[in-house]
Amino acid sequence: MLGVASIMVVILIWQAVAVFVVANPFHLPSFTDVFSEFLYLLMNGSIPLDIATSLFHFIMGLVAALIIAIPIGMMMGWFEAADMIANPVIEILRPIPPLAWIPFAIIWFGLTAFSAGFIVFVGAFFPILINTYAGFSSVPRVYVEAGKVLGCASNPDLIRYIALPSAIPSIVTGIRIATGVGWMCLVAAEIFGSTKHGLGMMLWQYYNLHNMSAVVVYMLILGLIGLIFDMVFRKYVDEYLLNWREREVS
Amino acid sequence: MAKISIRHISRAFEKPDAAPLRALEDVSIEIHDDEFVCFVGPSGCGKTTLLRIIAGLDDASEGDVLIGDERIIDPHSKVGMVFQEYSLFPWRKVIDNIAFGPEMAGVPAVERHEIAGKYLDLIGLREFEDSYPSELSGGMRQRVAIARALANEPDLLLMDEPFGALDAQTRNMMQKELLQIWHKTRKTILFVTHSVDEAVYLADRIVLLSARPGRLQEIIDVELPRPRDRTSPEFADLRRYILEGIEEGERNG
Repeated sequence: MLGVASIMVVILIWQAVAVFVVANPFHLPSFTDVFSEFLYLLMNGSIPLDIATSLFHFIMGLVAALIIAIPIGMMMGWFEAADMIANPVIEILRPIPPLAWIPFAIIWFGLTAFSAGFIVFVGAFFPILINTYAGFSSVPRVYVEAGKVLGCASNPDLIRYIALPSAIPSIVTGIRIATGVGWMCLVAAEIFGSTKHGLGMMLWQYYNLHNMSAVVVYMLILGLIGLIFDMVFRKYVDEYLLNWREREVS
Repeated sequence: MAKISIRHISRAFEKPDAAPLRALEDVSIEIHDDEFVCFVGPSGCGKTTLLRIIAGLDDASEGDVLIGDERIIDPHSKVGMVFQEYSLFPWRKVIDNIAFGPEMAGVPAVERHEIAGKYLDLIGLREFEDSYPSELSGGMRQRVAIARALANEPDLLLMDEPFGALDAQTRNMMQKELLQIWHKTRKTILFVTHSVDEAVYLADRIVLLSARPGRLQEIIDVELPRPRDRTSPEFADLRRYILEGIEEGERNG
């Protein structure tokens, strides 16, 4: 209830400031401007197509990051040799901001959905890798030894039955961070013009048309979808996948 | 069900720029079938190291451990272990923790849950089968850890200060329960503890190790009738005798 009230208050202040203080819809469109633009776009615009396009870019990048980063993180966390081989490379590549890969994304994939997906991939890759690595390299020794004594001896078995479940909370944290970073990268990736549609793409296009109300509509859609991702994580992942950990306070 | 021969075990830990740390030196003990043996000694006497060698989790620098006439090099299905710290897998329900050993041995789900159920009954925690370890008290967790080790049907059960983290009352209760389990299942038990009281209450024989490097100082037969009375003068005499022995071992170490 308090949450709804606080949003209402912010909207009221926004409206008042936009109408009476700024009084320039180009600098700050009012709430009512934005809302009517939203209704207009809903009828005449391409919002559903833009959402679908952006989700496609996003999921492509995220899935690729999961498929590649998790196994590498597992290997590096579990086998010291893999760590020693891969770590220097990772440490050099990791500080490069994902957006710095845009030129190569264009050269490798052209102005296609794949280059936007690639930028999401780069943004999502390292958080997943680092957290998987952390989870696998900090498996409590007593779990490993308990497993060994109970007949879980080979590396594949130890990884499957001990290390992976023990590392799941850390991996999930990585995926959660990756979702946020990937979503942020998505807007920039689309702005450079990879495809005709997409939330980031349209945001930029409306800016070029100086339709700032539409820009705000797309900003809010981007924020809302990001929020939904986070809620999905909180609800399903925390509640179901990690119920063994939730109560682990003692 | 298992005779254990510990033969001339030594263990030195290599140090990068110092002399190797000698934890155990030439320890030999013969353990009989179904015997309950406690290891006591000053801290740093290598009692945990010895147990880990017997479990196959650590390698002796010299000497052998034989179970029956099989040499122990790696963890062995005939040897179970209960650890000092909480070692239950927090992501598995109680029943699936207990069924872990059979699961690794390839026992199908229905059967291994039956086995686990049997041991849940033995430790009296049937109603917690679907709980996660984080929902259990410390004493309950260690009972489940014992059940998990037993479900693998080992001949030899190793226990490394399993009740060390429990409060005194729970600890006494657990000792009593452990003896009942021992009577029912007839295992050979090797039990490391720093509590002399615990050793005198539980053991058929007490192995006293001296400090750094751990050497065999004395083996004491405990001939007090069971169930033992902690408050009896004989109990107190034996306790005093061992405590003096530990002090002596510390001085000479």
